[in-house]
Amino acid sequence: MNVSTYKSKTFLLEIFAVLLAVLFLAPFYLVLTNSVKTLKEILLDAASFPQLFHWSNYSDVWKMIDFPQAFFNSLQITVFSVIFIVMFSSMAAYQIVRRPTKFNSFVFLLLVSAMIIPFQSLMLQLVRVTSLLELRGELYGIVACYLGFGMPLSVFLFHGFIKTVPLELEEAARVDGSNPYGVFFRIVFPLLMPIMVTVVILNTLWIWNDYLLPVLIIGGNKDLTTLPLAVTKFFGQYTKKWDLALAGLVMAITPILLFFLVLQKYIVEGVTAGSVKG
Amino acid sequence: MRKALGIQKGWEQSTVNRKSALRHALGIQKGWGQQIVFLGPCLIFFLTIVITPFVLGFYYSSTDWNGLDLNKAVWTGSANWSRILHDDNFWHSLYFTLRFTVVSVVIANILALLLAFVLMASLKTKKVLRTVFFMPNVIGGILLGYIWQFIFTKGFATIGDLTNNPFFTLPWLGTPNTGFWGLIIVFVWQTAGYMMVIYIASLAGIPKDLIEAAKIDGARPYQLFKSVYVPLIMPAITICLFLTTSNAFKMFDLNLSLTKGGPGTSTQSLAYNIYSEALINNRYGLGTAKALLFFAAVSIITVTQVIITKRKEVSA
Repeated sequence: MNVSTYKSKTFLLEIFAVLLAVLFLAPFYLVLTNSVKTLKEILLDAASFPQLFHWSNYSDVWKMIDFPQAFFNSLQITVFSVIFIVMFSSMAAYQIVRRPTKFNSFVFLLLVSAMIIPFQSLMLQLVRVTSLLELRGELYGIVACYLGFGMPLSVFLFHGFIKTVPLELEEAARVDGSNPYGVFFRIVFPLLMPIMVTVVILNTLWIWNDYLLPVLIIGGNKDLTTLPLAVTKFFGQYTKKWDLALAGLVMAITPILLFFLVLQKYIVEGVTAGSVKG
Repeated sequence: MRKALGIQKGWEQSTVNRKSALRHALGIQKGWGQQIVFLGPCLIFFLTIVITPFVLGFYYSSTDWNGLDLNKAVWTGSANWSRILHDDNFWHSLYFTLRFTVVSVVIANILALLLAFVLMASLKTKKVLRTVFFMPNVIGGILLGYIWQFIFTKGFATIGDLTNNPFFTLPWLGTPNTGFWGLIIVFVWQTAGYMMVIYIASLAGIPKDLIEAAKIDGARPYQLFKSVYVPLIMPAITICLFLTTSNAFKMFDLNLSLTKGGPGTSTQSLAYNIYSEALINNRYGLGTAKALLFFAAVSIITVTQVIITKRKEVSA
């Protein structure tokens, strides 16, 4: 008796949840189906299933926004930034945990406090600083900016984790004659894997999707246009041409969505771990 | 022989001493080397990219810098600040941002909690559902805004024609009010799944016997929620409120791609107001001043919120 009411309750809950999920997915469905229609079809009836698949929307946009170039730029910026963020922030966090001098504690406090500064409060002065240092309009300049902005949270996350790494391991390696660099890179660094996944995922999502920083730092250098920038520019030019705009949108969303679907277990866990500790 | 050994010993002793002295000297040297190698790269980038602009902001905010030639930027004292005082657009955007923050934080967290409780039940489609609800969060605000621009202007119109539901035939994004609610809908859609995941992690940590005990004691669902669940997941509530508050208050990407602050400047968020002051009106000095106020507002709001909810954590 009890079991059957429990089951029917769960069943109702399941239906409710599935309906909500359908509602959540509806925007994707509408964008996807309309991206293979002609403009006339879209304007006539946006809800209908396409009669004919107009793949030409995609091939047109592919060339118009130079998709391969924008994709490659986004990829390059994200990969380089993330690699260096992981290296530099883990090294810094290790030093701060193992040598808690007054200076190092102050550095840590400064890093943590800086997390609250919104990007908009820095962006105008940053444009000035990056032009002075000739970082503007260069790939390495954008990567340098992401390194700066990526440090606080990443150091904070590594710091929390390294505190739990037992010192005995390092001492043993020290006795065996390893120098401090060997100890860090051969012993400690591999142990950081769990938190490293979090750091990599949080930074990848942020950098891949970022819009404002590249807009400001790329300057006039169109060769560095990232995916969000290319789509924004395209939308500005073709406001009412929904057939092309939607195809462009689907193309821009696909890479990050695939990344998520393939690695979703790690992403959901990583993002949760990152926010709970942050 | 002994003598020889003694000499030997003495010699060894002295080399050991010398070695240790050397090691000591090197040790300090090594400490410094390590400090520079490990902390140096992090500090260089952090100081140049974050701290330098932040400090410069205090100077630039009192100049008439136009973004191009800083040498021509003249110190104008309090001119920017008094100008902001009379800038109706700025104060309207602050009011808009506050309103947006309150409404979106409340709705996003209620929906997230609801979803978390639903997904705590032993549903068959649990994993798929979690993926679906979380999915919008991995897509950037710019792209989400464009997706919904289409949904609001074309999708809703079509559904309205088919169903004659007045909700869908509203002039979505065409009026200040529909623009505001449009932004709320997309923000909630983007954030709820993310907060849901944090709430689920927290709910899963509650011992089952505690809930059972409360049920046996005759706690009603509402009492169970208010007196058992909420105090136990208070840390998660602190985190989620912090994340949603600061994200909502700093909203920019969505604003840019969904409404562009329009119609007019009626749905302009603070972040967007600063952006347009500097990059559209070319008033970088004034923009920097506004940005400094923005920083102060973000700090005050998020710190107060964390203090308030943290206090509740302790009492629980």
